[in-house]
Amino acid sequence: MLELINRLFGRENHSSKTVAKERLRLVLVHDRAGVSPELLQTLKIDLIKVISNYMEIDEHALEVSLDSSENQVALVANIPVKNMKRSIQSETA
Amino acid sequence: MGEVIVITSGKGGVGKTTTSANLGAGLASFGDKVCLIDADIGLRNLDVVMGLENRIVYDLVDVTSGNCSFRKALIKDKRFENLFLLPAAQTKDKTAVNPDQMRALTEEIKNEFDYVIVDCPAGIEQGFRNAIAGANQAIVVTTPEVSAVRDADRIIGLLEKEDLREPKLVVNRMRYQMVKHGDMMSIDDIIDILAVDLLGVVPEDEQVVVSTNRGDMVVMNDSSKSGQAYRNIVRRIKGEDVPMMNLDDEGGFFRKLRQIIGLK
Repeated sequence: MLELINRLFGRENHSSKTVAKERLRLVLVHDRAGVSPELLQTLKIDLIKVISNYMEIDEHALEVSLDSSENQVALVANIPVKNMKRSIQSETA
Repeated sequence: MGEVIVITSGKGGVGKTTTSANLGAGLASFGDKVCLIDADIGLRNLDVVMGLENRIVYDLVDVTSGNCSFRKALIKDKRFENLFLLPAAQTKDKTAVNPDQMRALTEEIKNEFDYVIVDCPAGIEQGFRNAIAGANQAIVVTTPEVSAVRDADRIIGLLEKEDLREPKLVVNRMRYQMVKHGDMMSIDDIIDILAVDLLGVVPEDEQVVVSTNRGDMVVMNDSSKSGQAYRNIVRRIKGEDVPMMNLDDEGGFFRKLRQIIGLK
């Protein structure tokens, strides 16, 4: 009955189709990206390459993963920094 | 030289075989010479959906293993003399055929037909790889449910990897009343998620079950909505620009009133 009242008042936001679409969107982000661990590996290598231009990082402790919480998927990278490079400051300065 | 179209979905039970039969019969009714191939080895069903189950002598594996020519194995349809079926083998399994054999077979068949339609098995294993091997076009069938759409997405990815780019989507079993109430994903929602071209929408229709019970195809039923939907899809395959059917008026005022007061 409550559902009926919701419908009558056009409360579309919590309709099951909205839930379905949202869940699908999230699961597909994972499906599409998470299919290959190789992709994350390549991404990791590229990240190391770029970040190494700016700072010294612990390559072996670097972690990259896709994290999904309630309603979003995030790329989470944990990159321990060993040292900053001095040269980069002088370049930008 | 004909076109080879594979009908696929990933998930089972969304209507691949029904779609194959109806598109085959529909194209044949427009005068095209059509060959349907049931690639679901071990679980053949296209024969029974088309009402041709009593005519099978040879099957797909007989042809690919060289027991007989494909012409000998083809079953002529009861209704259309330009519609043929190459049935799947029932006693073998999916590994009885390999993609190279399927490629060679479709290559041979398409020389003599306008359209070769391959009914793909569910799943993404060898049966799927066999079915898509010789295809130059793909139609992905889905229903407006999360599981079917998710699998369709996976299939689209795999098809693109195999260079079957721009697959077309058929959304089957659409229930407009539920869409209206916000209880089913709409066509726009599905297209938004999958980002592919829409080939057609087939409404949920009891007539599909009735026709299949008899071994007939609903595309031949002029008064059914699903039949109309399949005929539209056939015309789009043939390159015609047919607008999407408006099925929004399904139900009407009194039905809605009954629903509101709970008489459904």
